[in-house]
Amino acid sequence: MEPGVHARAEKGGRMPSMKSLKLAATIENLDQFISFVHTCSETCGFEGKRAMEIELAVEEALVNVFNYAYPDGEGEVELRCSVEGDTRFVIEIRDEGIPFDALERPDPDTTAGIEDRAIGGLGIFFIKKVADDVRYRRTDGMNILTVVFQV
Amino acid sequence: MELHVKNEEKGTLVSVSGRMDAVSSPEFEKELSGLIDEGNVNFVIDLAELDYISSSGLRSVLATAKKLKTKNGQISLAALQTVVKEVFEISGFSTIIPIYESVEEALAAL
Repeated sequence: MEPGVHARAEKGGRMPSMKSLKLAATIENLDQFISFVHTCSETCGFEGKRAMEIELAVEEALVNVFNYAYPDGEGEVELRCSVEGDTRFVIEIRDEGIPFDALERPDPDTTAGIEDRAIGGLGIFFIKKVADDVRYRRTDGMNILTVVFQV
Repeated sequence: MELHVKNEEKGTLVSVSGRMDAVSSPEFEKELSGLIDEGNVNFVIDLAELDYISSSGLRSVLATAKKLKTKNGQISLAALQTVVKEVFEISGFSTIIPIYESVEEALAAL
């Protein structure tokens, strides 16, 4: 199922407007979200390794929402993609769950051996490593994680 | 994600193709756990056809490595592709799980 409205690729491959996909925040919807961002990033000219890094960042951000945002029940998460000033591919992950600033978590100890290794914190760590900018804000009862990739 | 299991002389070769993400990684962990319970303790994981891995995939690999440690077994990875290699390096996992350029080298090291 193709999400939202198709945006025709204009000359130069620019996305004409902000595209958005909002679904229940459950793991079953991960593939759909990843397909969506893949299409958006392709339209912007991202390919190969960089396109996969974008998918990685989006997966990690979404999985955090699936796992933590709605402890008492269900909710939705929205993925927005847009281009700013021809040079920045901006992704926003927006949920209405409990306050959760993923950027507050300390980086995992990447030198720990097998016995002491934890996985916690790796997701946001990857996002910070592959993206050009990552910001969090809480507004109107929403967590908004903004992840930027320079075109 | 697809797994292909082959018994080699000194261990078990598991070839993984596709993607290891939050949806598919539990399957990897479950399959490997089953193989370990059957008595296989020496593994080479061939990742030549693995296009993508996320932290969920790393979690499954780590869980498998920890289980093997309790059985005095071992696990190594071979033929990592670009993004997969990057993920292992960024996370520091490349220092705790042996990684080889080729399956041949990995099997020889068993």
